[in-house]
Amino acid sequence: MEDFTKKSEESSSSNWWNWATASLAGLLSLPILVVLGYLFTPAGEIWSHLVETVLADYVSNSLLLMFGVAIGSLLLGVGTAWLASMCSFPGRGIFEWMLLLPLAIPAYIIAYTYTGMLDFSGPVQSTIRDITGWGYGEYWFPEIRSLWGAALMLSLVLYPYVYLLTRAAFLNQSLCVLDVSRTLGNGPWRTFFTVALPLARPSIVAGLSLALMETLADYGTVQYFGVSTFTTGIFRTWYGLDNAAAAAQLSAMLLLFVFTLILLERNSRKKSRYHNTSQRHQSISRIPLKGWQSVGAITYCGAAVLFGFLLPASQLGIWATTVSEESIDGAFIDLISNSLLLGGVSALLALLLALFLSYGQRLHNKPIVKFSVRLSGMGYAVPGTVIAVGVIIPFAWLDNSFDSWMRAQFDVSTGLILSGTLFVLIFAYLVRFLAVSLQTVEAGLGRIKPSMDEAARSLGYKPNEVLRFVHLPMLKGSLLTAFLLVFVDVLKELPATLILRPFNFNTLAVRAYELAADERLADAAPASLAIVATGILPVILLSYSITKSRKTK
Amino acid sequence: MNKLRIVFWAIAIFLMAGPIGASAAEEVNLYSARKEKLIKPLLDQFSAQTGIMVNLVTGKADALLKKLKSEGINSPADVLLTTDAGRLHRAKVAGVIQPFHSAVLKNAIPPQYRDTEGHWYGLSLRARPIMYVKGRVNPSELSSYEALADKKWKNRICIRSSSNIYNQSLIASMISANGIKKTEAWAKKFVKNFARPPKGGDRDQIKGAASGQCDIAIANTYYLAGMLKAKDKKQRAAANKVAVFWPNQSDRGSHVNISGAALTISAKNRANAIQLIEFLSTPKSQEWYAETNGEYPARKGVKMSDTLNSWGKFKADDLNLVNLGKLNPKAVMLMDRAGWK
Repeated sequence: MEDFTKKSEESSSSNWWNWATASLAGLLSLPILVVLGYLFTPAGEIWSHLVETVLADYVSNSLLLMFGVAIGSLLLGVGTAWLASMCSFPGRGIFEWMLLLPLAIPAYIIAYTYTGMLDFSGPVQSTIRDITGWGYGEYWFPEIRSLWGAALMLSLVLYPYVYLLTRAAFLNQSLCVLDVSRTLGNGPWRTFFTVALPLARPSIVAGLSLALMETLADYGTVQYFGVSTFTTGIFRTWYGLDNAAAAAQLSAMLLLFVFTLILLERNSRKKSRYHNTSQRHQSISRIPLKGWQSVGAITYCGAAVLFGFLLPASQLGIWATTVSEESIDGAFIDLISNSLLLGGVSALLALLLALFLSYGQRLHNKPIVKFSVRLSGMGYAVPGTVIAVGVIIPFAWLDNSFDSWMRAQFDVSTGLILSGTLFVLIFAYLVRFLAVSLQTVEAGLGRIKPSMDEAARSLGYKPNEVLRFVHLPMLKGSLLTAFLLVFVDVLKELPATLILRPFNFNTLAVRAYELAADERLADAAPASLAIVATGILPVILLSYSITKSRKTK
Repeated sequence: MNKLRIVFWAIAIFLMAGPIGASAAEEVNLYSARKEKLIKPLLDQFSAQTGIMVNLVTGKADALLKKLKSEGINSPADVLLTTDAGRLHRAKVAGVIQPFHSAVLKNAIPPQYRDTEGHWYGLSLRARPIMYVKGRVNPSELSSYEALADKKWKNRICIRSSSNIYNQSLIASMISANGIKKTEAWAKKFVKNFARPPKGGDRDQIKGAASGQCDIAIANTYYLAGMLKAKDKKQRAAANKVAVFWPNQSDRGSHVNISGAALTISAKNRANAIQLIEFLSTPKSQEWYAETNGEYPARKGVKMSDTLNSWGKFKADDLNLVNLGKLNPKAVMLMDRAGWK
């Protein structure tokens, strides 16, 4: 995006874009600003205590976890994206969408299922002990509930972000560059490493940063595994030490860290361009894999699907059918429709906002616009509970101020107009998940040459017409991806839903969580399965449309 | 563009439909830190008996507190339910709950389980005793929480993370009894006896003990009760391997916490709210707590389930539970210093 410096005439239309982008982004940054605002509240002597005792643990564990997830999701996401989109081998078509399925499983649920299977008292280790007669401490078995276990769990469910965005990039790459590479004598491997991979970098980084932000915001998994990270520290400080200011300051530190990281990455590729020079990419001729290559590809993709989806989903299925005291009944229809409605509405709004913000940014690369858009996409790295509080505070204040004004003027109490409604909940989702749609749309937009805009503008199109008639058709794949990701994320979202939902309003994630938090993991299985099932259908449909958006031969 | 407009209006209607739809004639609005499954059946009974509709939002206690505080006098909530005394105390300090007096509640709930000024009333007790593996530990080796710091328990104790409120309350009760210095010295030794780094929930500690990872687990009794009646054979088998030991019977008694209810300052359905809290203290409701969730009733003389009876009578720490809330931050800092993860 940074390369795009279009000198546009100061028309009223462009002023409007400028103003609207900055203010919309500002509105969406409000909860984040509330959190950052706590930086100026004195938190007492608690900081010296944190620094002396636990802070080093929080920092190092969070960094190690990020490192682990980065390796894990890159390994699982990039290679599978290349194989599933650019190579041909038996089963490729099935893997193409199956590789997305782990998206539908909430991280803490996969953590529960793997613990159930691999823990000391689980079936795997019990069987080992029964066969060998060994006791506790007499054999070595990897401890699933550890830092590396958590990194593995998170990688298994987060790699689809990398996979999806990278695949979209590969599918959009002009065949010319790949052909040129091949005709210059590079084999498929060399082409992959020296041409395709570097060209896909913005998309890979976008996917990776989503995975890492989600990692930093994760609470359920690390808390269950007993790994003290920044997030568990935030809640420990807030709930345990009863110090909301210090907790918010920890969140603010986390935000600044992520912000810096993103800026550093953007700067590092400031001078590079990633759009294709040729538009000849109507059809892909996939590289056929032979013999052992096919076996390798199937094993590789199969492992991701097996460990990320089939195994945990089967475990959930077994729990749901054998030991769960809960079953899927009529009440589930409400849960499913609530979840679908929230997911659909939020995903649509997030998509429109992302499109608007990234296009506004493309039109006017002013520092204030750039900064506010970046800030509005920070919510993804913040734990949902913190976002929820950041949403409650300004909205309740607004409602209460309006109420007291109405009381004073007209002696009428309006109560809380916005706070108790789905409006705030969806607003919170947008704040939390805007990063997802924003990153996806920006990555897509970045692949479109600025000269396209210029050509369209010189032919008399207004900026919004350029967006509608030139960009939208080219962005179809990215837009569907963005919709899908937010939809599935909302389906799984818990903490903000829990606090901000209106009375008597439940979702699948709430039901699953309440039982799991009561340590009735097996009983949580039917609701978890329902989340997975509800997520699968759109995943498959959208995966199909994304593929279709790019014809192959 | 027309399609977009239709979608927009559909969304707007969907968003605002919530508050309009929810206004029954007689109702009471509940913010509950108790999970829906663990309170809804009682609420349904209440609605059936009185015709008062109960609207429920569940959530984490501190988040609900923050919500109450931000919403202020316009909060729709009438009643706050929490699962520990500490949060009730915090609600009082934050000024989001108001005192009320009820002869029914004073009669039903013993004084140590309610606020002296009537800000909140305890409804069920959650005991946190020592659980030991039958055959591997002789109950005569056990005496008090304090004695678990002894070297003989090295690598034999399972307990969850110090981020958990039950552990924080337990340590707060020990600070109250023994002072900070002594408790910190104890905690440092106690942590060295852990069989594994703390992880998982209370059920995981019991499972760990049953499978031989440790000999002693510290857990709330209702988790054990839940495992004993679980449909899962393995959970029942694990639960049957352990027995409950009530510590500190010769001094202050075993640690208990409460779940309780309070009236919010914004309560618009005050009479209904008080009626609901009183309903939760009736013998029948109290029996339900014991029968369904394996908690101990706060009310004296209530019939208890066979499971609870099988663990025997015990002396509960009669510390005023307000102290658990007051000392909670100190307890967390102490555990940080002791290296209790």
